[in-house]
Amino acid sequence: MRAILAAVSVLALASACQPQAPAAPAAIAPGPTAYTDLQKRLIEAKPGDKIELAAGTFDFTDGLSLDVDNVSVTGAGQGQTILSFKGQTGAGEGLLVTSNGVTLSDFTMQDSKGDGIKSKGSDGITFKNLTVEWTGGPLATNGAYGVYPVESKNVMIDGVTVRGASDAGIYVGQSENIIVRNSRAEFNVAGIEIENSTHADVYDNVATKNAGGILVFDLPNLPVMGGHSTRVFRNQIVENDTQNFAPPGNIVANVPTGTGLMLMANKNVHVFENTFDKNKTAHVMVIAYSSEYDDPTYNPLPRDFVIRDNTYGEGGNDPQGRLAPLAPALGGSLPAIVWDGVTRYGEKGDKTEEVRIVVREKPEVGFINLGLGTTPPDLTKAKPSTERLPDAQIEEPAAVAMPGKEGA
Amino acid sequence: MNRPPPLHPSPQGGGGARRTVRAFLGIAVACVLAACTAEQGPHASIILADDAAPKLSDYGFFATPNAGAAVSEGVRPYDLVNALFSDHAAKHRYVYVPKGQSAKYDPNNVFDFPVGSVLIKTFAFAPDMRDPALNERWIETRLLIHKQEGWVAYPYIWNAGQTEAIYAPVGGKQTIETITPDGQPITINYAIPNRNQCKECHQTGKELIPIGPKARNLNHVGPAGVNQIADWTERSILTGAPADLPTVPAAFGDGALEDRARAWLDINCAHCHKADGGASNSGLFLDWHETDPTGWGVHKRPTAAGRGSGDNMFVIEPGHPEQSILLYRMDSTEPGVVMPELGRTVIDPHSIELIREWIAAMPKQTQ
Repeated sequence: MRAILAAVSVLALASACQPQAPAAPAAIAPGPTAYTDLQKRLIEAKPGDKIELAAGTFDFTDGLSLDVDNVSVTGAGQGQTILSFKGQTGAGEGLLVTSNGVTLSDFTMQDSKGDGIKSKGSDGITFKNLTVEWTGGPLATNGAYGVYPVESKNVMIDGVTVRGASDAGIYVGQSENIIVRNSRAEFNVAGIEIENSTHADVYDNVATKNAGGILVFDLPNLPVMGGHSTRVFRNQIVENDTQNFAPPGNIVANVPTGTGLMLMANKNVHVFENTFDKNKTAHVMVIAYSSEYDDPTYNPLPRDFVIRDNTYGEGGNDPQGRLAPLAPALGGSLPAIVWDGVTRYGEKGDKTEEVRIVVREKPEVGFINLGLGTTPPDLTKAKPSTERLPDAQIEEPAAVAMPGKEGA
Repeated sequence: MNRPPPLHPSPQGGGGARRTVRAFLGIAVACVLAACTAEQGPHASIILADDAAPKLSDYGFFATPNAGAAVSEGVRPYDLVNALFSDHAAKHRYVYVPKGQSAKYDPNNVFDFPVGSVLIKTFAFAPDMRDPALNERWIETRLLIHKQEGWVAYPYIWNAGQTEAIYAPVGGKQTIETITPDGQPITINYAIPNRNQCKECHQTGKELIPIGPKARNLNHVGPAGVNQIADWTERSILTGAPADLPTVPAAFGDGALEDRARAWLDINCAHCHKADGGASNSGLFLDWHETDPTGWGVHKRPTAAGRGSGDNMFVIEPGHPEQSILLYRMDSTEPGVVMPELGRTVIDPHSIELIREWIAAMPKQTQ
């Protein structure tokens, strides 16, 4: 009897001591309870959790949200795990992230009614190997932004494809410390947009078949202004020829179809080693913010820009939008680099500061200064000149690195 | 002892006296079962636990067993001068502050409630909202609990028998057939928010914060028939209220048009559209204290509206409601366009009329 008891207790001890790793929760699979299963997991996640999505198509009718730090959401691969929001009836986006240290990877999101994936106020947000697309092609009824970090910092966008956004495919707004790389933006109004943000590196991306390839903007009347220190390099910015389909009223509705890179207001932007080709309005456009605004703290001028060592193919041969009327006087086409020549602003046009636009390109690369002088510009007062501004030493911002991770 | 008044008519419309007897019998039975050791009324240990209680009745906010029919001692009903439009739902609000403690008065912001405080809000529909008390059914009860580490939001959904509400972190959807206060039959795909969605509206910076209990919203005669600030002060729910209190006009009352419109925007929009709210990045600030017309939308261009712009240039084009994004988004139920993004799936004609009238009355500006 005693022996039996002893044996039982040894067995009990042995089984209690068996090192058993807690079973990882199974990947969530498509099905009638998938939405509730996933949203519950997102709500009840603990920091460090990895939430897996199985292959297959998930049909969701409501938006998802994550508000727990240090959680990753991973699918079985782009085109394998598909989150379809075609039947969405609620929420302003497909997935909203409001926590820190979040990684989203390896899935496709389709047809969200509003934005695709938004992160707001996140410190540490990684979008890796994702596709966000609207499957009906470029339509004004598509959602505004595909990948949409805003008021966030330490933003990594790597290996992401966005198609069909009615504003910007990859849009980073009012954020700091940003990398956008190895990504593809096509058939959007704007391919990639960095807006009212600081310290952004945009490199090794392909922006094609958008109305405008890449935009770097600074806009008034926003909580975060004074965008600066962005580098745009080694990108393929080619064949951006999709007719602008943005709903009027939005700033990107003003981007002329066929623009390669548009730089508006902002400070200390460096553009180098990119390949531009077949952008029919212009490859590079540098302009002041030209709409009326009421914001005394805002500077609408582009300042301290360096454009160097890029490769330019054909382009500017069929200018669209508001600069089109100038083309006939310039022989019907615009050169590779167009600057509006605005150096003064304010109600009386008397506010200014030194505007340095450095073009360090081969002599045959075309440049025009439209000499518009003040904003809002009056195109009838253009004084075009092909003379480049004096060269200047403008220090390039250091490479952006993510804290605790490999950087550029 | 203050006997709390019954707050809801029973679904069967039965007599209050009979229910009171039943309730006493219930308490008696409960006492026998628990040997009368269980403390009546809200339970601090459950309120302050790490996790949500599985059932609403676990907290003891309402007299058992018929949870939701009458409140426990210390739980006080209140309402707001103006309420967020939530698909015509009726709302029943209650405040609970732990005995011996008080919320501290603030002239502008939500009162500073002590840890252990709870704000309780039940959403309900009647078959005909022209008579919302007749055969009312509770759909959901939302709790905002001030835990040690901050406020949390817990949604509870009522069962079919109206005897219990069950914790529902993922929220849910219910089809409601009713008749609007204007007499229109309507089918509502009513959305019960999940916990994250609770926070999307209740966000100030990174914190979850209540929205309603501010001096200006409470400063009127509430459901108990007395001025609520005075009532809360008398009951020690609130301390530090001065004699001179801020006010906000009833949006559909008699005040000046602009004040009423701004009051409506304050309670319906400003929980997100404020400098530290969920929509901070829009730069559109609709709170009562905003002083810059551009801030509340006059000739302000959209930031991230996308197709929500409805092809309009400005949030508000003075004199032209039909060209104003603000109204366009109020007049839609389509995700990606509709504002607020959460909590409204049908159009409220009265709100639209108010904002339309306000924008139409603004002097036209030439561009």
